[in-house]
Parts: sequence; C-alpha cells; structure tokens
Amino acid sequence: MHVPMPPVLEVQNLVKQYAGVRAVDGVSFSIAEGQCFGLLGPNGAGKTTTVEMMEGVTSPTSGEVLYRGAPLGARFREEAGIQFQKTALQEFLTVRETLAFFTRLYQKRRPVEELIRTCALEQLEDRDNRKLSGGQMQRLLLAIALANDPRVLFLDEPTTGLDPQARHNFWDLVRTIKAEGRTVLLTTHYMEEAYFLCDVVAIMDRGRIIAEGPPARLLQEHFDDVVLELPREDFPGATTDFPLPVLVASDRVEISTADVEGALRILLARGVPLRRLKIRPRNLEDLFLELTGRELRT
Amino acid sequence: MNFGRLLAVWHARNLEFLRDRSTLIFNFLFPLALVVAFAVIFGGQPRALFKVDVVAPPGVALDGALHPFLATRYVDFVGIEPGDLMATVRKVERHQVDLLIDLRAAPRYWINEDSPKGYLAEKLLLESASGKATREPVSGAAVRYVDWLLPGVLGMNMMFSCLFGVGYVVVRYRKSGFLRRLSATPVTAFEFGAAQVLSRLLLTVSVTSLIYGALALVVPFRNEGSALLLLLIAVAGALAMISFGFMMAARFASEELANGAINLTSWPMMLLSGVWFSLEGAPGWLQAAAKVLPLTQMLDAARAVMLDGAGLAEVLPQIGWLAVMTLLFLGIAATGFRWRAD
Repeated sequence: MHVPMPPVLEVQNLVKQYAGVRAVDGVSFSIAEGQCFGLLGPNGAGKTTTVEMMEGVTSPTSGEVLYRGAPLGARFREEAGIQFQKTALQEFLTVRETLAFFTRLYQKRRPVEELIRTCALEQLEDRDNRKLSGGQMQRLLLAIALANDPRVLFLDEPTTGLDPQARHNFWDLVRTIKAEGRTVLLTTHYMEEAYFLCDVVAIMDRGRIIAEGPPARLLQEHFDDVVLELPREDFPGATTDFPLPVLVASDRVEISTADVEGALRILLARGVPLRRLKIRPRNLEDLFLELTGRELRT
Repeated sequence: MNFGRLLAVWHARNLEFLRDRSTLIFNFLFPLALVVAFAVIFGGQPRALFKVDVVAPPGVALDGALHPFLATRYVDFVGIEPGDLMATVRKVERHQVDLLIDLRAAPRYWINEDSPKGYLAEKLLLESASGKATREPVSGAAVRYVDWLLPGVLGMNMMFSCLFGVGYVVVRYRKSGFLRRLSATPVTAFEFGAAQVLSRLLLTVSVTSLIYGALALVVPFRNEGSALLLLLIAVAGALAMISFGFMMAARFASEELANGAINLTSWPMMLLSGVWFSLEGAPGWLQAAAKVLPLTQMLDAARAVMLDGAGLAEVLPQIGWLAVMTLLFLGIAATGFRWRAD
C-alpha cells in the first residue's frame, strides 16, 4: 500500500505586501521529499520574494510556511542549504576559508575537501573570494549552500548572468545533487533550465501561480500542436490572409499547427523559402505566452 | 548560544581585519603618531625653568618695582586672580606650579616641600629680597600634564577604535547582504554580536597595550598602580564602548548614517570625558552628565590607578558601571538587531 510522504515544504496562502505593491498575492503549493520544484516566471513575478519567505529571511504579510509540518525554526536552519541570488561574502577570505567558516556554523557538516571537489573549486581554493568570476562565484555559493549537507536546497536564479557553458556545467552539478536524493527548490526565468532540472514547475506571474505541474504534462494539457519558425525576412509581408495562426516576433515568425504537412504545403504554394525553417515542439516559454499574452523574457 | 558558531564568526572577522592592510596600518599608525607627538611635545626641555604664579594688587604690573623677585630671568611669572588662589595652591601641591606668591599685602608664598624645582624657586625668592616673606609649606607628589593626559589620549584612541571598528563593519555587512546570508544559518544575533565584540576587544586591547609599552620607552610617565589592574580597566572600558558601537549599528543600513550617529556620540565623549582637560571647574550638571559616559568612567579609573595608585577596591565602582553598561548596550542591540538592509 502506498503511504504518501508528508511534504518537505508547504506554502499556504502566502502574501507579501510592500508599500503600494503586492509582490506575492496568495501563493500555495507543496514540495515532496526528493523533488526538484521550479518556480518559473519573468523578473518581478514574485519568485524571489516567495523563496525568501520560504527561507525565513523575509517575513510574510500573511500566510504560512511549514517545514515538515512545522513552522520554520532551528531545525529548518540546520537542515536547509540556501543560495541567494546575490550575496556578499566576508572580505579578505579565501574560497577554502569561506567554506570552512560556513561549515563551522552547523552541527552537520560536509568536509570542505568534498565541497571543493563537488563544486569544482580545486583550482580556486586559495583565491580571495572577491576575485572570482561570475560562474566561479555561483559555484562557491552553491558549495556554501551545501556546507551543512542540507536535506533541502534553495537555489534562487543560480545561473542568471552566466555564459551558456558555465550554465550547462552548473546544471550538471544540480543534477548530481538531485541524484543524492535532496529536495531542491529552484527559481529561474530560463524555461530550458526549469524543463531540464525540475520534476514540477509552478509558473508565477504578478505574484500569483498561474500553472503548476510536471513540465511535460503542462505542455501536453495546453498544446496539441508544434511551432514552425521562419526568419522574418523569409516570410512574405502580411499575415492577415494567412490561414494559420502566426506570431510575429522581432526577428522571426512562428506558425503554430497540428498539421505540419498541411502547413508546409501552404508555405510552398506561397513560394516561401524553407531553407531556414525550424520545426520545434512547444515549450514553457510558449505556455507562458499562452497564459499571459506576454513573453517570458521581457 | 553555541560557542563553536561564535568562534567561527570571531575567527573569520579576525582574518578579515588582519588582511585588510589599509585599516590595519591605520589602526597602528594613528596611535604611533600619538607617541611621536607626545615625544615631541613633552620630551624637550621647557624654556622657562620655573613657573611662578603671582597675586598682585589690582592694576599693578608684574615687574621688579612690585617685588625684586619678579625681575629674575628664566622664570615664567603668571598673574592670577585672587579668587583662584586656593585652586593654585592645589597646583603647587601637584607640582604644576613651582611657587605661588601673594603680594597684595606682606609677601606670603606657598611652596611644595617635595618639589626640587620649588626648592630652587624658593632660594631665588629669598635671595632676591631681604624682606620677610611668610612661608606656607604644602606637600604632594608631582602630576605632570603628560601623566594626566596620557590615559586620556589612550582612552580616546580606544573609543574611536571601539565605536567605528564595530559600528562601521556591522553596517557594511548589513548593506552588502552578508548579514542576510548569515540570518539563513543557525547563527543568532547574540552569537554574531559577541563574536564582533570579542574580535574588536582583542584588537583594541592589544594595540593599546603596545602603545602603552612604546610610550613608556619614549616618554617616561607615571604609573603608581598595577599594570594588570589597568589592563582590567581597559578591557571593561573597551567592552562597554564596543557594545555601545554595536548598539549604534544594530539597525542602520547606511554607512553615512552610522558615521554621523557615531560621530555625534564620540565627539561629546571626547570633550566631556576629560581626555584633554579636567572638568573640575565645569558646572555640576555637566559633570554629572559626563559621569554617565563610559569613557569618563574608564578614564577616572585609569587615572586613579596611574596617578594615585588606587587598588581594585577603589576602582570597582567604575568597573561595575562599565559592566552594567556593557550588558545594557548588548541587550538593546540584540533585541533591536536587524539582519536585513530593507
């Protein structure tokens, strides 16, 4: 018989009101043990505020955050690993000293050597932490978040500002951490990141959750078509007389259809060059556009 | 309260401080400049060999016509008001004035029998005039200004180090978000505060002890009491002032604001706590207000030990007061402490 695990984290009707702005407007969800949960949304959607209330560093205007059924307390602070979006560290300390410092704050500690190895900091361990590049800093912040061998890990926009190579390396790290059975809460405005890493995503917009579920299922529920992408200059002038829905972006047009052959026939009949045509499945970016009428990265 | 966590924060702060060369150098250079200044100001010989205060009849010039003694060269004759006579007698007791003479009626003079310069000044007086002069002997050991000033300047240096050293750093930690990061760990406000206070205590007491030692080499000064007791007073005073700085920094998120607030409190302390001059002549209410300040208490105790050879029992009230203030400031700081800048 299957007994459901109690949620590791549970958020009930969370509200954060700043002067004149309701940053988080009644958000509820729960995260199961071992799950990677993604909060996806554009900048300013309320992701970071939500996460900070869950981390206990910001107090909610109303609503509740529960860790294993109890309000956040000493146990949570011992067991949670947190990577803030932006954090200043103590100056004049090396990478190794910074890690040693943070491990000493906890009862349960991961050896510094192991943290250095896990986060690929071997070449940097004696460097002053102010002299790290963006990707190196994110790896150090991740190592700090792992200092107490956490049961639950918060990653707030961990790859913002990283180049694609560094981002992919970071994803590999997170996959390893996930494979160790830790519960992860990730916020991001990169839909590929959420799609690659998360078991469940909640899409946030203007302080509310507008969709929640496993990424593949969400896409399946909302779409039964694919997207044909063409460079804008290859698509002839007006879109009004085109028999399929067309979205015109700055550099490309996107034609959505469930009948690819039919769409291709129409394009061929109109003499559209297909050399640069791309056919892609629907993604979370499309879903956000579908739900809000706005693009995710604005 | 977890001692391991406190130790971790303390250690990290010490490393940060020791590696911040510019701040470290400043912390040692400023006191060193004081040593040099002391050596220059108090190391040389005074130009006038003797200092004699004179009470003259109203409107009469201080010259040989009034009394032949006043024609003596290399003596600094200073006219004083008759009302200041008793205060000047105390200066004679402390060797701050070599001789006091009242020439309003039959000459009458005060001399400190323990003072070598007083002895010589008296010889000059008696040599200059055959006439009778009434002798009023007093006694008391010398207190040179340098002996009196030294604890004040060391205390002032400690005060700036304590107030700014903790206040500034904590505000910077808050502004940069480092405190917010710590708030997500098990570290408590009390552990964090205690670590900052102890780190700064170690620094400021070490620096002050070094300066004390260096000064002893260039400007021999007087310490009638126990050096160990002085150390205890320094620790008690530093704790109170660091806690005060920590309290000032408990909420601010702007370095400018913290700077203003700390300046606003350090300058009155510098003027009212008797760093440069004694408040003995000041109005009673001002003296009472000054007594509240931690620097006043520390300097009172330090001077009692250094100048009068006071023991632990005699300075216990001051040390007790400093301890009470430390607990009060830390308590207020820990309850009002803010981890976040916004």
